[in-house]
Amino acid sequence: MRAPRPKVAVAAVAVAALAVAGCAESNRDDSSGGSKKDTLVFGVAGDPKVLDPSFASDGESLRVARQVFETLVRPEEGGTKVTPGLAETWTPDAAGTTWTFKLRTGVKFHDGADFNAEAVCANFDRWYNSKGLMQSPDVTPYWQDVMGGFAKNEDADLPPSLFKSCTAKDATTVDLAFTRVSSKIPAALMLPSFSMHSPKALQQYDASNVGGTAEDIKYPSYAMEHPTGTGPFKFKSWDVANKTLTIERNDDYAGTKAKLKTIIYKTISDENARKQALRSGDIQGYDLVGPADVEPLKAEGFNMLTRPAFNILYLAINQKGNPKLADVKVRQAIAYALNRQALVDSKLPPGAKVGVNFMPDTVEGFNADVAKYDYNPEKAKALLAEAGATNLTLRFHYPTEVTRPYMPNPKDIFELLSADLKAVGINVQAIPLKWSPDYLNATTSGNKHDIHFLGWTGDYGDAYNFIGTMFDRPKDEWGFTNKALFDQFKDADTTADPAARVEKYKALNKAIMDFLPGVPVSHSPPAIVFGKDVTGIKASPLTDERFATAEFKS
Amino acid sequence: MTTITGKKREKIDRLAELAARDDERGVSLWQEAFRRLRRNPAAIVGAVILGLFLLIAIVGPFLVPHPADAQLWKGEIRDNIGYFPGPRAENWFGVDHIGRDEFSRMIVGARQTLLVGVVSTLIGLAVGSLIGGVAGACAGLGGRWGRAVDNVLMRFVDMLLAMPSLLLAISVAALLGAGLSTVMIAVGVVSVPVFARLLRGSMISQANSDYVLAATSLGVKKPKIALTHVVPNSLAPVIVQATLTLATAIIEAAALSFLGLGNNDASIPEWGVMLADAQRYLDAAPRLAILPALAIIVTALGFTLLGEAMREALDPKLRK
Amino acid sequence: MFRFIVRRLLQLIPTLFGLSLLLFIWLRRLPGGPETAILGERGTPEMRAAIRRNLGLDEPILVQYGRFVRRLLSLDLGTSTSTKRSVTTEFFERFPGTVELTVMAMIIAIGIGIPLGYLAARRRGRLLDHLSVGGSLIGICIPVFFLAYVLKAIFSENLGWFPSSGRQDPTIGATRITNFFVVDGLLTREWDAAADALWHLVLPGLALASIPLAIIVRITRASVLEVLNEDFVRTAEAKGLTERTVRSRHVLRNAMLPVVTSIGLLTGGLLSGAVLTETVFAFSGIGAFVAEAISQRDYPVLMGFILIIAVVYVLVNLLVDLSYSVIDPRVRVR
Repeated sequence: MRAPRPKVAVAAVAVAALAVAGCAESNRDDSSGGSKKDTLVFGVAGDPKVLDPSFASDGESLRVARQVFETLVRPEEGGTKVTPGLAETWTPDAAGTTWTFKLRTGVKFHDGADFNAEAVCANFDRWYNSKGLMQSPDVTPYWQDVMGGFAKNEDADLPPSLFKSCTAKDATTVDLAFTRVSSKIPAALMLPSFSMHSPKALQQYDASNVGGTAEDIKYPSYAMEHPTGTGPFKFKSWDVANKTLTIERNDDYAGTKAKLKTIIYKTISDENARKQALRSGDIQGYDLVGPADVEPLKAEGFNMLTRPAFNILYLAINQKGNPKLADVKVRQAIAYALNRQALVDSKLPPGAKVGVNFMPDTVEGFNADVAKYDYNPEKAKALLAEAGATNLTLRFHYPTEVTRPYMPNPKDIFELLSADLKAVGINVQAIPLKWSPDYLNATTSGNKHDIHFLGWTGDYGDAYNFIGTMFDRPKDEWGFTNKALFDQFKDADTTADPAARVEKYKALNKAIMDFLPGVPVSHSPPAIVFGKDVTGIKASPLTDERFATAEFKS
Repeated sequence: MTTITGKKREKIDRLAELAARDDERGVSLWQEAFRRLRRNPAAIVGAVILGLFLLIAIVGPFLVPHPADAQLWKGEIRDNIGYFPGPRAENWFGVDHIGRDEFSRMIVGARQTLLVGVVSTLIGLAVGSLIGGVAGACAGLGGRWGRAVDNVLMRFVDMLLAMPSLLLAISVAALLGAGLSTVMIAVGVVSVPVFARLLRGSMISQANSDYVLAATSLGVKKPKIALTHVVPNSLAPVIVQATLTLATAIIEAAALSFLGLGNNDASIPEWGVMLADAQRYLDAAPRLAILPALAIIVTALGFTLLGEAMREALDPKLRK
Repeated sequence: MFRFIVRRLLQLIPTLFGLSLLLFIWLRRLPGGPETAILGERGTPEMRAAIRRNLGLDEPILVQYGRFVRRLLSLDLGTSTSTKRSVTTEFFERFPGTVELTVMAMIIAIGIGIPLGYLAARRRGRLLDHLSVGGSLIGICIPVFFLAYVLKAIFSENLGWFPSSGRQDPTIGATRITNFFVVDGLLTREWDAAADALWHLVLPGLALASIPLAIIVRITRASVLEVLNEDFVRTAEAKGLTERTVRSRHVLRNAMLPVVTSIGLLTGGLLSGAVLTETVFAFSGIGAFVAEAISQRDYPVLMGFILIIAVVYVLVNLLVDLSYSVIDPRVRVR
């Protein structure tokens, strides 16, 4: 009696399968299976988190948003200068607090709605009037970074809003009013988080309804399935099960239409696996190329693009935990001890530079005329002796399992730098921590971190975005309070005249390098690679590569 | 939870029972096993590999040509064009990605790898045997309360057994932060349930044997029986398992390093970490990955060969 | 048999509650929380505190657990803190990948392992025997992630026979129904999509199969050797039955029991290997996702996924137990 049972089961399964097969319909359109030369598959390091860039701060979400959405002003191609986007011109009033934007005409959103001054105000009003969970810093990170708070701050910790109001004067003229002069305007409006969304779609898909309760934030369907912008590509589908996200050419695009029909972003988190996928033809390009792979891939004929370095890797010194580090002589000794040139030569990608300021030289306000601290171990030893810190032991934190554009290989960098410190007689206690969350927690709070390295990638081309973010207020990362320096920052930020502001930034850079809160180590150019036959893409320091101009050469 | 791991348990218990069966001819179990072991070529190969490994691990670090953590050739490495000096007279295995002598690192790494393997196995062995021993003693000799204690302990062990081992190790590592001791503890924890079940199973079948019955009827106290008779006679399968666990411990430690949770103290090299670090340089210098990988494979092979041979030697079924 | 199944399933309930409480406390003892992972280097202490408040992480742990259980009872596992999507959705999108990968690995391991083990036993001491025993030893000793890289370097980068990443060529634009790509392809008659998905499974399947394959070869070999020595086989041979009949009716059938036991065990253990294989092959599954969730301190995902994994583990073992009675009628489930 035992034999029939499995057979019956198999038969039942087969019948069931056939029954289901009878109902299942293939719903793919035949066009998508067409010529491969219409489609670029691009390897990225992580899945995007949300498709509404208002809620995003991670590079992968913003990468998609940059192709689907457009902003009022945008960076020049391959640079950081502010150039026309959806606005053709922008001018401040005499006080510098109200900016008038003249909009482009004939622009339509992907859902057919018109782009006009009212749409702009609908967007700004949506952000400004955020309520409840939308005021959480993980939901609207960039708005809070740039604008501070909201119309009605629900959390006492939030600063007042920089944004004041938006007025549509006519269909193509819009006034943005701010509560004070800020160096961030207009450059910050280039951020993808200030992308223009279709007011119709925002309403239709309930875009501002970040609901749910504690521990269970529910994002509206707009942010997950229906992003609607004006860009050269339209969102098509997000296939989490296959780790791919597809965008498609917007055939009604107001400007030059995209050359490729489809771009597919494919998530491959492992750096080595991305390289293998490029070689085996799975993908036709990927981002975050390891420095050691740049030359080999180039030699094989792949199209390697190097972005101008728009970042800074620094060695932070915390003055609170170890009293010796509050002595500027000891900090200088650390700076002299580090052979930064050797690090740049051996470990960083071609084109990397030793840091002189805490910002790259491509940003206005850079000052070459500052204290430089070139490698000089003898001087370092002398300074340590002078400061009475000959038997100094430092807790040196470094991150593991992470690559950032400014530090492609943290562990190697740590090993080189700690060997330099040991060479001048500083004892190093290595504290490796996993990047997230341990390392970031340990180095930006408390005072147990004597020295550590961290960095910053610029959001837009303004000096304040670099040095202001780091030094304009007391932070646990650095553990110092320098009232004079903080005041100098406030003064520069509220200077309306751009030329005068640049001079103030230069003075700030000099002051910072004299005070030496840390050591700027290097600026390294991240690389992005494309297949041998892909052309038309220009590398951008802001990672704002435009896929609309990409094509396959035949 | 009884059923979740029912099969894994039965398998371990069976092994315990087999190994614990006493020899009928009265020859010492260990003598007989050793005799059989000597005739098994696999055992000899395993022993030779392990002998070499131990020799390198113990003596090697004193004889290396260069300090393992000195970046003596830092100036010659060029990450950005993917160049690291290859094998040459000065550096037999070439120079690693930080400018250190790869040969010296491989030699010194043997000691560290051995340390990780042995300590993590000992952790698993100690904790597992403690749990298994108490449970076994209670179950075999302890009446109603004994059975209750046994039950509670074994449910806990089953829960550990149900977690995928690597996920268990990762979460231990997340709790403790990356580091050498973390790797040892994380890898050790994974083998706790195996040792616990093994010793318990072996002890229970010992407890049911005639000599325990004899001792009990002679009026010997129960704890004394457990300590002087049951435990020593139950150790054989545990020792076999320890040998096999050494192999998996070394491999698991490498996997943890690959996931970034390994020993990050760069001054003392370890093969697993070296292999994980070299993933970035597979193109530029594949030898940096292949050397530690081969070393891990060969060493694990040595432990496995010896362990399997010991298992066979102790299996009374094959003793004909 | 029906009562047996019901009893096993009922035993699951207290187990899950115990496991969930242990897990809940364990996870919240991990240093750092999701807020740091979410904010990255941009986070300030105030921002982190605000997020902790929003996520309810500042409340007593038992209050949080109570809330978790209440939601669990209505089958709601919450929202992932790292991907911001519902944990249930995440599960149904990622679990099928791991199942397909595991099934592929087991097909490879069983399909090659049992015949190889059998042949090795029949030709004991000859070249094939030595090769398969030696090969299986190496299979156990090679780190899975290293094997994965080597397989990709040879078969994908150099020979170009197989794709090196993902579950399916995204340019195919296949229809999704169940997220089991092979099944979907068959259901919708998109034969190319099914074939492509299958093709993508070969290399990761091989890498993942290395350890179970090695173990199955050894167990089959040992088990067959044991059975070959039994009297009934000798009797059957003496009766003049053809080798084929002896092989299928007597030897294999009797040798299968320990092999099936080990297959059940190995299937559960495959998840460990899947963590590494999925990472290296950029394969969308739960292994790599859970490993990542640990480092992101994504509590809802960890709670939800590990509980579901435990359920699946129980079901697999239940199936294995039931299969005994099919293979060996002497075994009756109680």
